[in-house]
Amino acid sequence: MHHLRIDRWSRGSSSLHDRDPRAKLAALLVLLVAISTTPASAQLAFAAYAALLVLAVQQARLPIAGLAGRAALVLPFSATFALLTWWSGDSLRALALAEKSFLSGLAALLFVATTPLTGWTAALESWRVPRMLILVIQFVYRYLFVIAEQAQRMRWAALSRRGSRPRFRRGWFDFSAAAGLVGVLFARSWQRADGVYNAMLARGFRGRFVPATPAPFRGTDAVFVSACLAGSLAIRLLL
Amino acid sequence: MNSAIRIRGLRYRYPDGTQALDGVDFDLQPGESVALFGANGSGKTTFVLHLNGLLRGEGSVEICGLPLSDETLEQIRSKVGVVFQDSDEQLFMPTVLEDVAFGPLNLGLAPSDALARARAVLDRVGMGHALDRPPYHLSAGEKKRVAIAGVLAMEPEILVLDEPTTFLDPPARRDLLALLRSLPQAKVLVTHDADLARALTTRAMFFDRGRIAGQGDVIEVIQRFHWEYS
Repeated sequence: MHHLRIDRWSRGSSSLHDRDPRAKLAALLVLLVAISTTPASAQLAFAAYAALLVLAVQQARLPIAGLAGRAALVLPFSATFALLTWWSGDSLRALALAEKSFLSGLAALLFVATTPLTGWTAALESWRVPRMLILVIQFVYRYLFVIAEQAQRMRWAALSRRGSRPRFRRGWFDFSAAAGLVGVLFARSWQRADGVYNAMLARGFRGRFVPATPAPFRGTDAVFVSACLAGSLAIRLLL
Repeated sequence: MNSAIRIRGLRYRYPDGTQALDGVDFDLQPGESVALFGANGSGKTTFVLHLNGLLRGEGSVEICGLPLSDETLEQIRSKVGVVFQDSDEQLFMPTVLEDVAFGPLNLGLAPSDALARARAVLDRVGMGHALDRPPYHLSAGEKKRVAIAGVLAMEPEILVLDEPTTFLDPPARRDLLALLRSLPQAKVLVTHDADLARALTTRAMFFDRGRIAGQGDVIEVIQRFHWEYS
């Protein structure tokens, strides 16, 4: 599962993993602002942002292809707007739109892949992000496992009962089976999520995930944020 | 001395109208172990969900002398450790160590203390080698051990075990039995497994349509209700 792999990546060991989640969140926001405000004509700047991110991925000892592939999942969403812009005759702006969404996705993914969930949600909490929003993020993330596992079990059950139906009917069979699976998946996931929540309450959950490994904000974290700020600003203003 | 659990006249009706519990009285003394038998849907699991306030029905529930209420809920949840039937529902943190530390952190322990307690409990249940593993990758027996560790880490006075041997192969079942025997807490054991009940408990109660149809010595109850697979 994708999120399982990202979870594993987030528990890696590198100088980027070691940075305080608050420092990484600050660096991410600076970079996102710089990327989103870069004019479409500054193609060199986009290349520089990409180089910066590739360097960071290497520093974090993560597979660039794996991260880039996942970051590319945002492209279908931005492609609609990019195509509309392209049809209206502004191909450079269309390209910049795709570049911005991909680079922003890659930056956010790099943050999540180098920071365990409890760390980055604690960082959001320290930034006074509303508790309800943080809880929603945490539950969505947790229940992804639940739903993905449930879907996999149901798919196996469906496949093992599919037998050898005639090829010409298989397409319709697959479609109707998939439609049924989605309905049942929703009901079962709800039941299972309820069970998970009960288990959390039974172990004293009071609406807040307490991080097991809180880290103090160190001087190196301040240097890291400063370096990211300087790098992003330099690319944004000079290229 | 206070009873570990004292329940009088417990009634619970699900929103769909099903009367799951219909006037249950129950007592458990400190250190005592009792088995709950009964057919599927007879109300056993609904009953145990009342022991730490996950469900709230009519009647009185007292845990270690504390009446169950909004004010005592947190205290009661630290005293009653529930091990759910499906370990996958109980293991939700990314690593085994973090999962076991989840309860102690919620109790307000400092992270270093919570992690130290989690490590000690995992050693005790024989899972000290799996601290950094994701719980999803463990075998059924290992998951059950980690689930029990997660509950033991909260140092409860009462252990509630809902079908603890479900999904376990014979060696894992034997290991689990040895582990449960070594634990000093009072135990409420929901099970269909008569052998497990004989090995762990001295007293049993038989649920039927939300009521206690019979109770007494575990061997007598098994014989009276023919509660054996063969």
